[in-house]
Amino acid sequence: MLNDIFIAPFVDMVEAPDFLMQVLWEGLVSGILYALIALGFVLIFRSSRIFNFAQGIMVVFAALTLVGLFAMGVPAWLSVGLTLVVMFVLAVVIERVVLRPLVGQPDIILFMATIGITLFLIGLGETIFGGENKVMITEELGIPTGDTVLEPFGGLLILQHLDITVVIVATLLVLALLAFLNYTQMGRAIRALGDDHQAALSVGISLQTIWVLVWFIAGIIALVTGIAWGARAGVSFALEVIAYKALPVLMLGGLESITGAIVGGLMIGILEKLFEIYWGQPLLGGNTETWFAFVLALIVLLFRPQGLFGERIIERV
Amino acid sequence: MLYRTAGQFKTSYIADQALFPVRQDAFLLGIILIFGWVIFPMTASEFTVQTLLIPILIYALAAMGLNILTGFAGQLSLGTGAFMGVGAYACYKIITIFPELNPVIAILLSGFFSAGIGVAFGIPSLRIKGFYLAIATLAAQFFLAWLFEKWSWLYNYNASGAIQVPNSEAFGIFVMGPQAASITEYYIVLFVVTLLTVLCINLTRGNLGRTWKATRDMDIAAELIGINLLKSKLTAFAVSSYIVGVAGALYVFMWKGAAEPNVFYIQLSFQVLFIAIIGGLGSIMGNYLGAILIVGLPVVLNVVAGTQVFEMSTGSAILLIVLIAVATFLFGVARNLWGMGAAIGFGAVTLIYGYAQLHGFRIESAMIEHINVMIIGALIIFFLIIEPHGLNQLWRLIREKLIIWPFPH
Repeated sequence: MLNDIFIAPFVDMVEAPDFLMQVLWEGLVSGILYALIALGFVLIFRSSRIFNFAQGIMVVFAALTLVGLFAMGVPAWLSVGLTLVVMFVLAVVIERVVLRPLVGQPDIILFMATIGITLFLIGLGETIFGGENKVMITEELGIPTGDTVLEPFGGLLILQHLDITVVIVATLLVLALLAFLNYTQMGRAIRALGDDHQAALSVGISLQTIWVLVWFIAGIIALVTGIAWGARAGVSFALEVIAYKALPVLMLGGLESITGAIVGGLMIGILEKLFEIYWGQPLLGGNTETWFAFVLALIVLLFRPQGLFGERIIERV
Repeated sequence: MLYRTAGQFKTSYIADQALFPVRQDAFLLGIILIFGWVIFPMTASEFTVQTLLIPILIYALAAMGLNILTGFAGQLSLGTGAFMGVGAYACYKIITIFPELNPVIAILLSGFFSAGIGVAFGIPSLRIKGFYLAIATLAAQFFLAWLFEKWSWLYNYNASGAIQVPNSEAFGIFVMGPQAASITEYYIVLFVVTLLTVLCINLTRGNLGRTWKATRDMDIAAELIGINLLKSKLTAFAVSSYIVGVAGALYVFMWKGAAEPNVFYIQLSFQVLFIAIIGGLGSIMGNYLGAILIVGLPVVLNVVAGTQVFEMSTGSAILLIVLIAVATFLFGVARNLWGMGAAIGFGAVTLIYGYAQLHGFRIESAMIEHINVMIIGALIIFFLIIEPHGLNQLWRLIREKLIIWPFPH
C-alpha cells in the first residue's frame, strides 16, 4: 500500500519520461486556460469586490454566439468582431441593470446576483441557439489543427498544434493585459480602484466606466477561452464546469492577485493531471480531477489563509 | 387595522421578549398551521402534494439549515447539496442494516452523520473566512459527490449505482417507498419540518443563537468579549449540517423515491442558497417564502405556459385578478413601486397569454423550459434589487406599515 503511494508512481515517472512529459504538457495547456478564466475573476474582484460567478457562463455564451453567428452565414472573422460587440453590450447591460442598483450591498448579495446572471444567460443562450452540442469553427478561424510528434528519450511526445496555438495566444493575451494595466491611463485607473474605491472616486475616476471596461475585458478573455476550450471539447453548456475549476485557482493564488491567478492556474493544471494519472487512476478509481484542485487549495489555505499571493488580511475591531 | 396593537400592553421584560409580542402574529401562525395540517391535505390533489407541498417543505428545511450557518453564524457555505447527500446515504444505510427500525427515527438519526461530516469540514472555518471559506466548502461538495459515486459500499454494491427506497412500514401502514400514499409522506415531512422549525426558532433566540449572531457580526470582537469561536462556529456547522442532512434524507425517502449521486451536485447547493437568500438571511420564516417562490414558480410557469393545456376560465381569471390586486395593495402599503409594477406586469402577461392561448397560440415545450430558466435568473436579480434583504424583510416592512395603517408614520 505504502509502496503504491510513495514509490511506484515515481518509478513510473522515471521509467517513462516521455509519458511524463506528455502529462505535464497537457496539464500546462489546461492550466493556462484555468489561469485565463481566473484572470477574468481577479480583474472584476479587484475593481468591484464582486465575486463574479458568471465568468464560466460568459465563456460558453461567447463561444455560442460566435458559432451561432457563423452558422447564420457571417464570415468567421467578422463574427469574432460581432461577438466582441455582443460582449460589450452585455457588459453595459450588466452594469446598468444589475450592478448599479446593487452598489454598496453586502458581498454575498452581489455574488447571488452574478448567479442570477448565470441562470439568465443559460436560458437566453439555449433559447436563441438551442441546447445541443456544437462544433467550434476552428479551421475557419485559421487555427492549425495538426500535430507534431517529438521523440525525446526514444519515446513519443505528441503536441497538438491547437494546444501550441492556445499556449502562445494565451501568453500574448496575458502580456497584453499586464501592459494595459501597467502602462495605460485606463489600466492604472482599474488598479487604483482596486486599491481604494473612495480615493479613486475622489481623484475623478468614474466607477461606471471602469466597471463596464472590466466586464468587457472579462468578456474578451471569455471569448478567447471559449474558442480554445470549444476547439478541444466542443461548445456546450458542459463547458460551464471549467468555471468551477477557476475557483480553487483563485483560492490558491489569492483573490486579488494577477500573478497568483497565473501561477495558481499553472500549478493546478499540472498537479491535478499528475495526481490523476499516477495516483488517482490506479488507486482511487479515477475522475479525481473534480475535487483534487479544491482539496489542494484547501490544504494550502490552512497554512496561508489569504492564498499564496493574496493581500495579507488585517483585521481590526 | 388588521394589525392593530392597541390594548396589548407589555408590563414585563418577559412579555416584551415573548415569542409573539403581537397577538395577531400568533393568530396568523395558527391559521397557517391549520392550513398545513388540515385544509391542504383534505383538499389538495395528488399532483399538488407531490409537486408543490412536499418539495416546498423539504427545500424550506434545507434552506433553514443553511440559514443557521450562513444567516445566523455568518459562514458562507456552498456544500449544502453534498451534506444533503450524506444525510440521504446515511439514512439508506441505516434502513438497510436495521430494516425493523421505525423509518421516521432512521431519518432523524441520519442527520447525525451529516452533522459529523459538517463539523469535520467546518474546522477550516477557524482560519479561512469569507469567500475563501465558500470555495473551501466547495471542496466538501466535489469530494463528497465523487465519493458517493466511487464508494460502492454506500449503495450496497448494486449495479445501477443509485439508492432505491424500499417499502417500509410503521404504525401498520406503508410510510415510504413506492407503495406509500403521498398523504402519509406529506404528514411525516410536515411533522419533521414542524419539529425542527420549533427547535430552530428557539435555538436562534437563545444563548447559542446570540453567540452565533455575535460571531457573524464580527468574529474578532466576539472573541474579545469572551465568546469561544471554536465552539460557536463548530456548533453552527453541526446544527446546520444536522438539519440539512435530515432534509436530504426526506428529499430522497419521502419525495424522489430514488437518487443517483448526480442529484447532490452543486446545482442543488445553489438552489438551496437561492432560497435562503431570496427568503432572507438570518430569518426562519424567509426560508418558507423563498421555497414557495423557487419551488413553486417553475411549476406555476409550466402549468401557465401550457405543457398541460391551460384554458383560462372566467373563474381562474377573476381569482388571478384578485390575487394581483392583493399583492399590489401590499406592495403599495410598503411603498414599493417596483413590486407594484412587477405584480401588475406579471398579471397582465399571464392574462394576455391565457387569452392568446384560447385562440390557439402555443409555444413549444422545450422553448418553455429554456424561457423558465431565463425567467428564474431574471427574477433572482429582480428580487435582489427590490429587496436585498429578502422576502422576509419585505413582509416585515408590510407588517410594520399595516400596524400603523392608514397613517403614514
